[in-house]
Amino acid sequence: MAEYSALSLLRNALGGNRDWAPAWRKPDPRPAYDVVIVGGGGHGLATAYYLAREHGITDVAVLEKGYVGSGNVGRNTTIVRSNYLLPESIRFYEHSLKLWENLSHDLNYNVMFSQRGMLNLAHTPGQADEFIRRGNAMRHEGVDAEWLTPAEIARRVPGLAIGGSARFPVVGGLMQPRGGTARHDAVAWGYARGADRRGVDIIENCEVVGFLRDGDRITGVRTTRGEIRAAKVGVAVAGSTGHVMKMAGIERLPIESHVLQAFVSESLKPLIHTVVTFGAGHLYVSQSDKGGLVFGGDIDGYNTYAQRGNLPVVEEVMSEMVALFPGLARVRLLRSWGGIMDMSMDGSPIITRGPLPGMYLNCGWCYGGFKATPASGWSFAWTIARDEPHRINAPYTLDRFYRGAVIDEKGQGATPRLH
Amino acid sequence: MLITCPYCGPRDVSEYTYQGEAGRRRPDPASADRAAWDAYVYDRLNPAGEHSELWQHSGGCRSHLVVTRNTLTHVISSVAFTREAGRSHGRRGKGARR
Repeated sequence: MAEYSALSLLRNALGGNRDWAPAWRKPDPRPAYDVVIVGGGGHGLATAYYLAREHGITDVAVLEKGYVGSGNVGRNTTIVRSNYLLPESIRFYEHSLKLWENLSHDLNYNVMFSQRGMLNLAHTPGQADEFIRRGNAMRHEGVDAEWLTPAEIARRVPGLAIGGSARFPVVGGLMQPRGGTARHDAVAWGYARGADRRGVDIIENCEVVGFLRDGDRITGVRTTRGEIRAAKVGVAVAGSTGHVMKMAGIERLPIESHVLQAFVSESLKPLIHTVVTFGAGHLYVSQSDKGGLVFGGDIDGYNTYAQRGNLPVVEEVMSEMVALFPGLARVRLLRSWGGIMDMSMDGSPIITRGPLPGMYLNCGWCYGGFKATPASGWSFAWTIARDEPHRINAPYTLDRFYRGAVIDEKGQGATPRLH
Repeated sequence: MLITCPYCGPRDVSEYTYQGEAGRRRPDPASADRAAWDAYVYDRLNPAGEHSELWQHSGGCRSHLVVTRNTLTHVISSVAFTREAGRSHGRRGKGARR
């Protein structure tokens, strides 16, 4: 398949755009592969891409129940950042951010990564102290972080209720200038095309319905399109982790599936130039290139596999939005939807070998999986290829819960709905 | 989502507080069985389908309830007071263990 370039754009434009080749093939599954990845979302496709690119393993199939981009990779609020507190988190997400910074070139696919800045607003002196501590932790690890005063915030974010009559006056904000947004669908398509060009089979409409076993060892999968054997099976199914792992006989995991809702408003002229998060509640908002405000808040807070939520959370998110930007009170909502989040017991992911021989597990993304896509795929590919974790994902084992080595950014303990 | 409290009748989900999977049984506090404590604190069933779970009607009569709800459809098939459902969910008072 040809490289995309300014020249190819021009040539196809002159040809009436009739000659574009599909970005990836639609192969039938073969009976066996070296590696099968269950889940053709962002993380699964990225894993296949980096298996081929970094480790030369190209006899790989990615199995997707629906179509590429139908799951959480197309349902998130597109935010990319690495503004964490704990060293394990900062190192992992900063590795991801560095991959993001060259991703469009790397994939030869424009993922529209826009480093428009990530601003966390603080509304109390205590919260300001907490954010400044986080900023210092980031800078200690070599990550960019700046403290902004209310005057600087007012200049950068017009329309924001900061002082005076604001319901929740702003006392400052932690800015990560290298944070931003990316076009989420393009990330899925770019990784799919990149993996396909290196020989990976991306098999859509192929649901895994069971695992092939030899004693304890996983030796392949049973799918709606037949049995597929594999020396190594990677599971990267996010919200469906509990459901899929039960097929392998793993009844219980430190994971609960919850629904997170997201919202898009009608298109507005450019208004919000960075990603802004509200500290007095839980809200994050950015403006897409089409002009819609893309925003979300908390998860609904109960176990569910339904990709839709309930109205109380909708009302709460809208009231937070209006508290933050009173001028937007009469803007209309265009769409809302839900995605299933694999909420782990400490709010951090699991990227590990096991829990069965021949199996590799990537899950527990809570509602922060999108920004992690490159590093998740990169480190999961490393783990699958070498049978050992890279140092960036070495802390993210499944047994960390039982060793007292949890990575709990919010200090909430084993209550997934609070992470 | 409406949950029908056996005492108050059908009420909006916003009146309730979710307390997670029902039937998780706290090991004997004197027990030093690591595996049992690990499983109690961290491991969840997380089924795609019927789920037995605890809710408190915190914005109403404050009763603790055991709700059976389908996690694929949000359809609730049963609601009972925990004190009545306790026997089948292993939620008995101290001394009644085992």
